Amino acid sequence: MKILTGNDLKTGDVTWWDGQGWSRHVNDAVDVGEKADEIAAREEASRNVVGAYAIDAATDENGVRPAHIKERIRALGPTVRPDLTLKPADPEAGNWVI
Amino acid sequence: MYKYDNYDQQMVDARVEEFRDQTRRRLSGELSEEKFRPLRLMNGLYLQLHAYMLRVAVPYGTLSGAQMKVLGDIADKYDRGYGHFTTRQNIQYNWIKLEEAPDLLADLAKVEMHAIQTSGNCIRNISSDHFAGAAADELVDPRPYAELLRQWSSFHPEFSYLPRKFKIAVIASDTDRAAMRLHDIGIQIVKNEAGEIGAAFYVGGGMGRTPMVAPCINEFVPIDQLVTYSEACLRVYNRHGRRDNKYKARIKILVHEMGKDEYTRQVEEEFAHLLTQGIEPPLAELERIKPYFADPAFKAGLSDEIDRTDPDFALWVDRNTVAHKAPGYVSAVISLKPVGGIPGDASADQIRLMGELATDYSFDECRVTHTQNIVLPHVEKARLKDLFDVLDANGLSSPNLDTIEDIIACPGLDYCTLANARSIPVAQKISERFSGNGKTAELGELKLKISGCINACGHHHAGHIGILGVDRKGVENYQLLLGGSEAEDTSLGKITGPGFDEDGIVDAVEKAADVYIANREDGERFLDTYRRIGMDPFKEAIYG
Repeated sequence: MKILTGNDLKTGDVTWWDGQGWSRHVNDAVDVGEKADEIAAREEASRNVVGAYAIDAATDENGVRPAHIKERIRALGPTVRPDLTLKPADPEAGNWVI
Repeated sequence: MYKYDNYDQQMVDARVEEFRDQTRRRLSGELSEEKFRPLRLMNGLYLQLHAYMLRVAVPYGTLSGAQMKVLGDIADKYDRGYGHFTTRQNIQYNWIKLEEAPDLLADLAKVEMHAIQTSGNCIRNISSDHFAGAAADELVDPRPYAELLRQWSSFHPEFSYLPRKFKIAVIASDTDRAAMRLHDIGIQIVKNEAGEIGAAFYVGGGMGRTPMVAPCINEFVPIDQLVTYSEACLRVYNRHGRRDNKYKARIKILVHEMGKDEYTRQVEEEFAHLLTQGIEPPLAELERIKPYFADPAFKAGLSDEIDRTDPDFALWVDRNTVAHKAPGYVSAVISLKPVGGIPGDASADQIRLMGELATDYSFDECRVTHTQNIVLPHVEKARLKDLFDVLDANGLSSPNLDTIEDIIACPGLDYCTLANARSIPVAQKISERFSGNGKTAELGELKLKISGCINACGHHHAGHIGILGVDRKGVENYQLLLGGSEAEDTSLGKITGPGFDEDGIVDAVEKAADVYIANREDGERFLDTYRRIGMDPFKEAIYG
């Protein structure tokens, strides 16, 4: 599947296109198919997001999992600061990234 | 320390208001990201992996106690309670909000700081010896010369759009503590046979994808021609640098492809022309700057005795203090490398504390080192134990300067969009391994440096042991390099062979360390042994 990601213009937060708007949680991301460029252009023009781009991802029992480690780190937060990730102090968080 | 004059303050204040307006226009839609991006980058604001990242300039690594305290306050007020000290003697904040960035810059400006020219293809923050003004072996304090170059290079209209970024280091001792020959221009302040002060110019060094050690193109430029000669070096680069290819755009490529002799010839020709143009600031300006860097009022008659009764304190003194030019004083290095910690990171409380300690113990001055530590340059030996106790109570007393635990590591894939692999977890595992196996002391000086990509922010080419993280089909992989140095014996490390996974690279480092222990001769550092016995014994142990 193709999912769309970018950063919130005002805060810089990593965001994921959920079909209606932008979520901080990768699990809310939806398959955008061939519409990534169209959505990205519209949303950037509306200043809802900056630097939007499509990435490969898959779904498994834990939800949406970006294909590349860089995007998994973006989704979760720095692996060396579990206190700052979206799942604070989750002992499984590192395994999900790697 | 240098103090802003009215011009400096007005320029910085005006830039804050300019950026405030640019940010307003971006948020309101008047500016597109395409137009805004170069503007925010000119103010040090990147969009990184998780958020906006702000890089704050610390000229030649020198900070007052008050400035350091504000850096701590900013970490709390605008970030998530910490900051990251970098290999460029700067500090970076990882979680900045665009809408708050102008206020942050305004707070910085109140203590004579900014983020200007910490990004973009311009002359970046001038770096220097972190023991400047304190080192027993320096010819003069290099910082007045670095400050003169800072003023020359700030907002220089001709050099605001160079082919690529440009980094200058200035030192004034034969011992190189600033990786001088790995800069675009490295300057060593020297004295000629007539006893006159001048500058030796090394041009075309750098790390990154194509590492080069800068050759010396002029052994003595009179000090009253320092700016003019720098201008000539930049002009030839600006004229011929490869703007068509980002990967060949640094001056090191130009000097290499043009040849040192031809590049030097063109610089000398341009220099001769510029001398007729009268661009050199009058020496009076340098003399105006120098008093800001005058020695503080060192006490006379202090004892050099240190009570070494406490073994932890004695170890810290041995490892983390450095000889000072004034009797009774030392330079104390605060390691930001706790075992298992994140190299260069400090909490807001720790940053504020280091600012307070600078005020209380070191004539209101501290330094950021390119090795991601903090220096209190002028500490009375008699007060070292008190200082140590405070550091120890706040997680800042790691006794590991220049050991295998004193690792340089870039932010890597945990924070950086350019990275291919994580650096920090590797650094954490190595420091834990060697702290745990007790070999750190036995190994002595062993400089280990890790980069998460080929851009080499972690100086891996210059590590006695270097580690480069690469992306191998989406999986992190780590190459091992041996034999690099960024000191006065500058050399570039060589890759041992095939890479390793995260645990494998830690094992490989230990095997390399063991080869050193087994083969060293009296007084040899790891680097000395490697240079004597060569790569083969290491490869055999690592891959055999």
